[in-house]
Amino acid sequence: MTKHFNDETFRGDYTYYNSPEAIRRFPFPFDRDSYMYSVNIEQHPGGPAGSPFEYAFDVDEHYVAEMKDRAITLAEDPLRCQSLPHMELAGWDLLELIMEAKARDYPDLFGLHKDGDRWHWINRPLRIDQRFTFLDATTLPYGPMEYITRQAQGDFALLHEREGNLWMDAGMVTSQADWSLDFDVGMNFFEWHAPVPKAKKMGVFDKALKFLLAVQQGQAYRRLNWTMTVNPRLDTSPENYHKWGPEKRTITPQNVGRKQFLRVELQSFWRLPRSNAIVFPIRCYLACLDDLASQPKWGRRLHRVLRDLDPVLVEYKGFAVNRDIIVAHLARYDDGAPTSPGIFPD
Amino acid sequence: MSRQMLLRVTEVEPLTPLVTRFRFEHPERAALPLFSGGAHVVVEMPDDGVLRRNAYSLISDPYDGSGYEIAVRREDTGRGGSRFMHGQVATGTDLRVSLPLNLFALDPRAKKHVLIAGGIGITPFLAQLRQLERLQQPYELHYAARSQAEAAGLKLLPQTAQVHVHISENGDRMDPGALLEGQPIGTHAYVCGPEGLIAAVMDAGARLGWPPSALHAEAFAAPPPGEAFRVTIGSTGAEIEVGPHQSLLEALEAAEVEVDWSCRGGACGRCETGVRACHGRIEHHDHWLSPEERAAQTKIMPCMSRFRGDRLVLDL
Repeated sequence: MTKHFNDETFRGDYTYYNSPEAIRRFPFPFDRDSYMYSVNIEQHPGGPAGSPFEYAFDVDEHYVAEMKDRAITLAEDPLRCQSLPHMELAGWDLLELIMEAKARDYPDLFGLHKDGDRWHWINRPLRIDQRFTFLDATTLPYGPMEYITRQAQGDFALLHEREGNLWMDAGMVTSQADWSLDFDVGMNFFEWHAPVPKAKKMGVFDKALKFLLAVQQGQAYRRLNWTMTVNPRLDTSPENYHKWGPEKRTITPQNVGRKQFLRVELQSFWRLPRSNAIVFPIRCYLACLDDLASQPKWGRRLHRVLRDLDPVLVEYKGFAVNRDIIVAHLARYDDGAPTSPGIFPD
Repeated sequence: MSRQMLLRVTEVEPLTPLVTRFRFEHPERAALPLFSGGAHVVVEMPDDGVLRRNAYSLISDPYDGSGYEIAVRREDTGRGGSRFMHGQVATGTDLRVSLPLNLFALDPRAKKHVLIAGGIGITPFLAQLRQLERLQQPYELHYAARSQAEAAGLKLLPQTAQVHVHISENGDRMDPGALLEGQPIGTHAYVCGPEGLIAAVMDAGARLGWPPSALHAEAFAAPPPGEAFRVTIGSTGAEIEVGPHQSLLEALEAAEVEVDWSCRGGACGRCETGVRACHGRIEHHDHWLSPEERAAQTKIMPCMSRFRGDRLVLDL
């Protein structure tokens, strides 16, 4: 269990780093030497002890620093957190889900005591001690969704189900791979996925929506998604593209190994009890190429995946400008040996 | 298939000669998952070698995890599930119950909720009432029953100004058009009951210019009986006989052919099964497939739908 929290930044001087344990438990997203979309879904939580899949909401060495980074982003742009009026109940559901999970899975870090609707929440890493009345938003400093997601790593989209579709009617989004809650809020599943290339033709979204609508209480699922980010930046938002977009041009053959990050999203799907809404947490993990290549299997595989990736996806994932440098750098880690199946290191 | 819990029947209360209320609790008194008004559970009934599974709306307080309650109407000509509940279940019986699933949820965007129930269709609204009370949202409920003696809801409904009971043998017939007329903009209407009532509410809503998205209906459907038929399993070539009072899903389960399922009422889509060849006509009874999908005869929902013809090969 994590006791140590890194003192690090996700902007400016970018002091973010992964300890050797954090590298070994990194959720490497490729289970084979090639990549195409798939509805790669499995049950969540559940996975090897110590892996980021073990618990409902993984708390790792980046927790405190990530929450500080979220607070900075929100102070600059409050619209990163929005909840349409009918979503407050779903916010309470989410608050309960996260508080119960953290208190159960990390009892030395978090505590939750309930006396009817009078709750007492303790968050030791963030030094929070809060007594409040469940379902009474006036007893918290923020609305329930904002309150709890200021204390939980990753972005959160709250989806309302109606008319056989899902609507993104609330969310906390500060560590996103170039999408905007302010733009997407109120959209349905097909509308907010419209920019994704190829997938519509492949029928991926029809299947994915049917799957999501069938998600029931007590049966949560996860999938991994990925992209590439220059510098360990959580807030790669369209709103701040002027800050991070130009950084793509700073990659050189000399610095690519430490400056180019694989960005992995651990996405999960949960049906919420009182609101019947679905919450879609999107937890972001970052690791630089050289750290990943410290696991020989990952070095070989990452080289093969990126070398052979469909150019349309290279463009969509936003690293076309650096692809050649990245692939050339990774080639040194690929001796051509076969790789074992599955995502975990050898 | 839903995750299940083994629960114990702790109360059995006849509400009318035909309708009985059952309360389930965890044997060790553990809290059950909360739910949203309109949710149902699937109760598994081991009935003399036949495993029956029926979906029932939860009628208890959604925010009270101490137990789940359902109300079951005995259908003497039905397929046997309700007869089992009435005849063989008593206090102390342990049954497998699925986690709650909601296909008839309140729309929280509504400025006001109008709930319209006919007969045993009152059940999902009993839980929704509690939710609306707790969230302090404006609503009115209209409950129609043939006679005082048959109105199971009377014992379960609060006596408040929002609750209106229409007993037709007393000359008080519910008029769906009058209920919808003059409601404020932003009102949502929900109807559960016989098909005729649902159609009347939908027609009245359309006539009065209500947006379709503000009209919600739950037909509490059970798999309809029909003539026996035969299907072929594509992967093995095995032939499976479906009896007149059996659903295709039940026949597949009895033959140990694995099919995913959830609501068993043609609404959730889980059991959707491909059809490799169809020489005949699929009798679609679900609410899931689109008109085009039905006409194509390339998919079937085995929980509800039947077949008439020479040969139906399933992609299983």
